[in-house]
Amino acid sequence: MNAAVLAVIGLVSIFLGYRFYSKFIAEKIYQLDPNYETPAHAMRDDIDYIPTNRLVLWGHHFTAVAGAAPIIGPGIAVIWGWLPAFLWVIIGTMFFAGVHDFGAVWASVRNQARSVGSLTGDVVSPRARTLFMVVVFFLLMMVNAVFGVAISAAFQATPSSVIPAWTAVIVALAIGVLIYRLHVPILWPTVVGTVILYAVIYLGEAVPISLTAGTFGLPVGAQWILILFLYAGIASLLPVWLLLQPRDYINGIQLFIGLGLLYGAVLIANPTIVAPAINSNVPASAPPLFPLLFVTIACGAISGFHGLVGSGTTSKQLDKETDARFVGYLGSSGEGALALVAIIAATAGFASLADWQEMYSAFGNGGMVAFVQGGSRIVADGVGISTDFAATLLTVMAVLFAGTTMDAGVRLQRYIVQEWGSIYQIPVLQNGYVATAGAVTACLLLAFGAGGPSGEGGMLIWPLFGTTNQLLAGLTLLVISVMLVKLGRPARYTLVPMIFITTMALAAALVQLLSLYREGGLFYPLLWIDVAVVIIAIFVMLEASSAFLRERRAAAASAIT
Amino acid sequence: MKPGRRTATGGAPGCGHPMVKEAGRFNRLKRLLEEYYVSPYRGALARARREEDDLFMLFVFAELMGVPNPATYYTLELQPLLLERFHEWHRRQGLEHSPLDGFRCC
Repeated sequence: MNAAVLAVIGLVSIFLGYRFYSKFIAEKIYQLDPNYETPAHAMRDDIDYIPTNRLVLWGHHFTAVAGAAPIIGPGIAVIWGWLPAFLWVIIGTMFFAGVHDFGAVWASVRNQARSVGSLTGDVVSPRARTLFMVVVFFLLMMVNAVFGVAISAAFQATPSSVIPAWTAVIVALAIGVLIYRLHVPILWPTVVGTVILYAVIYLGEAVPISLTAGTFGLPVGAQWILILFLYAGIASLLPVWLLLQPRDYINGIQLFIGLGLLYGAVLIANPTIVAPAINSNVPASAPPLFPLLFVTIACGAISGFHGLVGSGTTSKQLDKETDARFVGYLGSSGEGALALVAIIAATAGFASLADWQEMYSAFGNGGMVAFVQGGSRIVADGVGISTDFAATLLTVMAVLFAGTTMDAGVRLQRYIVQEWGSIYQIPVLQNGYVATAGAVTACLLLAFGAGGPSGEGGMLIWPLFGTTNQLLAGLTLLVISVMLVKLGRPARYTLVPMIFITTMALAAALVQLLSLYREGGLFYPLLWIDVAVVIIAIFVMLEASSAFLRERRAAAASAIT
Repeated sequence: MKPGRRTATGGAPGCGHPMVKEAGRFNRLKRLLEEYYVSPYRGALARARREEDDLFMLFVFAELMGVPNPATYYTLELQPLLLERFHEWHRRQGLEHSPLDGFRCC
């Protein structure tokens, strides 16, 4: 199969989804009204609530949701062959993610821009809201742990990426100071910062950094994980304007450049996919495709995290209700495009089937490393740069995405711990340093608990992370569906994805129970997290049924009267 | 006169001039980038700033509320300048009415 053809088929399908399906959903189901006064106007305070250009909002939604996860997930899932991953990404983006993200923005805009978590309490039940918060906490813990492990693996696989990746932190700090303290107009720091980011890749090539095994008695992987969490802890305590904001901004720029570069290279190099369409030679360690594919690729097909973004800042800044389609649906389509190119990189970027099979000798292999290895070959062929340079460039891009998510994730976990301190009146937990230490320790325990002393087996967390993410998506779709039922509109367009994704998440959690028990026995931490996920999934289903029965009865009662 | 031609007095090019169009596009790009940079964090930064401002208000009005403040001599002259913000500040601190007898605002 020709990779360029696959890219074109995928992109055209996603575009058709936006052009026709999202139009249908906007007009017939969500029934967007261009004259509806959005919270950005009705509650305007020029701080949180402010009408914003839809292109800017789309950029935010797209860059907030498209990060390392749509690279890692497809990079692992192609172990079952490229076709299942391709179909799930395309169908997921068109009929699941688009409707979910778009719906989260719409539901929030119609409810004074409240978050999906808060809406869950009102629309479904207070119990469902508690479930939502528990799922979010699990999600943050897992995403931080798994990204720490993934970056550690990337640094070991591509030592030339170490200097450029850390330089990005310095560049971000400099941009923050230039813009906020010295009031330099944004364009010059952007141009100079981006040029430095790419130029320093040459320095990384000249001076690759590898840690020495055995320092403090620790394996290299463990050293990197500890360094990364030390950094994330410090970074999450720094003022937002100094690091997180400029880092997010740089990532956004990088994402656009990276996507352009990858798709350009695929179209020019026109590589052949060496991986089989359906892999009949799956390693014995790999779990079954059904249902694991649907949780291994969460971001890139559908992801609950998007609902948090859509109902967070986006809904407060939407100028017109009709912009929700452009921002929500097209934003998730961008992430689908990134997942698609990750599939191509991880299946067409290898010289032969034997090379590809060597990479995918066990489940959990591949991921970011396969994306970099395969993608660098395609970029090198397409653009004419050296494979090593391209590998460093792609590693830096993926590491920056994952690193920024860790910064933000640890910060959010700190807020949650501080809030618990406030709710349960434990003053020590309200201290920022203590709360951060608690958050970082929880993530480290998970990373090492799952991955062993070196943390290398930590990618086992990935399917569990995907499962939790899908449960969150299920809860968001439930809120939208209940709202639609209340409004007397067809709910099947959100209800069917909700039932499908929640069922797959529950099935995946059950399948993993057995494999995790075999992996680590009864005292394996991941086993107990999985048990918690199973319980949450069952509760989500019960809440969904009870909410629907209630609404049905209410509808029947109103019909009688 | 055709758009884009220089005026007889050698003034600036008209709106349709390619250079003006380019400058327009450039400015639009700059505005979009600025908006892209600022908007996701506008609320968080405003809240952080307000917290600092609230602390500053507490410093300025501490002595009036019975909290000893060695810097009162210096902060006293700031009080009239902060009068406009006083009402919102005490409401944010959870006090429905002004806590100061000699400093009524509501």
